Amino acid sequence: MPSQMTDRDMPDAPPQEQEHEATNPATGDNEEDQEPSRIRVLDGAQPDAASFQFDKEDHTLGNALRYVIVKNPVVEFCGYTIPHHSEEKMNLRIQTYDGADVYEVLEKGLDDLMDLCDVVTEKFTISRNNFNSQRN
Amino acid sequence: MARDEWILREHSAQKLQDRKIIGINAETVTNIASSEFPNQNAGESHHWDIENFKKNFHVQFHKNDPFDSTFSLIGIDAPIANAFRRILISEISTVAIEYVYVVNNTSIIQDEVLAARLGLIPLKGDREGLKWMRWFKRPTEDSDGGVPTDYNTVVLGLDVECTWKDGAKEKARRGENDPKILYNNSSVYASQITFRPTGQQSQRFPAPDGIIQAVNPDILIAKLRPGQKISLSMHCIKGIGADHAKFSPVATATYRLLPHIDIIKPIVGASARKFSKCFPKGVINLEPVTAEEASREGSGYEGYEGEPKAVVLDPMKDTVSRECLRHDEFKSKVKLGRIRDHFIFSVESTGQWESDELFLESVRVLKVKCMKMKKGLEEMIRQ
Repeated sequence: MPSQMTDRDMPDAPPQEQEHEATNPATGDNEEDQEPSRIRVLDGAQPDAASFQFDKEDHTLGNALRYVIVKNPVVEFCGYTIPHHSEEKMNLRIQTYDGADVYEVLEKGLDDLMDLCDVVTEKFTISRNNFNSQRN
Repeated sequence: MARDEWILREHSAQKLQDRKIIGINAETVTNIASSEFPNQNAGESHHWDIENFKKNFHVQFHKNDPFDSTFSLIGIDAPIANAFRRILISEISTVAIEYVYVVNNTSIIQDEVLAARLGLIPLKGDREGLKWMRWFKRPTEDSDGGVPTDYNTVVLGLDVECTWKDGAKEKARRGENDPKILYNNSSVYASQITFRPTGQQSQRFPAPDGIIQAVNPDILIAKLRPGQKISLSMHCIKGIGADHAKFSPVATATYRLLPHIDIIKPIVGASARKFSKCFPKGVINLEPVTAEEASREGSGYEGYEGEPKAVVLDPMKDTVSRECLRHDEFKSKVKLGRIRDHFIFSVESTGQWESDELFLESVRVLKVKCMKMKKGLEEMIRQ
């Protein structure tokens, strides 16, 4: 912000401006839709073997996603790497058996992880509410 | 899958349970990695199955104080548990002081040191108000950044001056040297920070409890002596722990695996007493050997009726110090381990969020990550 600005000069929120600043500038964390895609396919991709590059992701998504994808029986290999720690990038490689489509495998992985999150939320909430009501 | 299920049922439940135990020896650990993946164990499937996960996953609460909760996630694997832990530490947003505009600072603490101290003070405020706050776009090399407004910036102020108290100079002459008696504002505390609401903020953060203020009013910010003065205003914005630790919503967020103690051969008498002392209080219980046990041949308790025997009471209290393995008499009688899929989480909040809400937020953040990536993937396929 300009240094000469004082607190008294701070304008109130014009309601229509709110949408522009919903993105977290540090992570691109955004609940709305206008964010650019942070995923791409690396060179040398085949229908049943490809490496994907995720921008601004790390072990958090990398290892969790690797885990659910490895749980898919059509997957021959799945691994992730952070090629260099000074770049916020995460590479994920998938190879499948019998020509299964890697894009479908990746999409299923994301879906499975989301389903898992729903179950964790549900069970956690029930358990917490039970615990709280027993305590009171 | 019918064949897989049939073979799975053939395996005794005990065998599957044993596979979940990580072995802990005096100097080594064994059986560390999970093998519950497809094509790992002959005749077992282990493919991802949400119904199976629903059936086997449990949450157990141990403690749920507002800012300190402990709970177990049972039946989940390390990559997932670790994702939640990492998100708790570095990807849940909180509001913290980011910009400090120093008008006057004649204290002995330099401006930049004072600013760094102020940034680290945990803040609290009305939950709904904090959720309503948006991201402030910081200036970068290429752009000027956003304009601070009531929905992305909270302004706090700090104006303190140290002065002599009435008649304190006389007391000082007589030898009094306690600054609390001699001076006003000899110490500056976090409670002296004032909230300066703008725009909608006075409704979003209603006084007295909903205002943005320090969680702990007794944090010492600086020390002053008569004539010294601090006058500054602070802008708080939303941020995440990955950017700076002051934005991390947790003091600690950790997990450990449930310890497992298996007494393979009976430990009785004085030996049992010694054994129980190898563990923290409450882990091993001493129970008298019953008449039935003492009379049963091959039980190992023959002739020990009424004497104490060691029984595992609460392995959760164990620290896995492995002390019992240092004594030769126990080496063949006990097997230590940990349960691979039993994570005991401990989430200690800094005060802006409640601990249990923090965990739910971490799960939501992971789901949002997946949703965004799925959207990105769909866009990529369309091109």
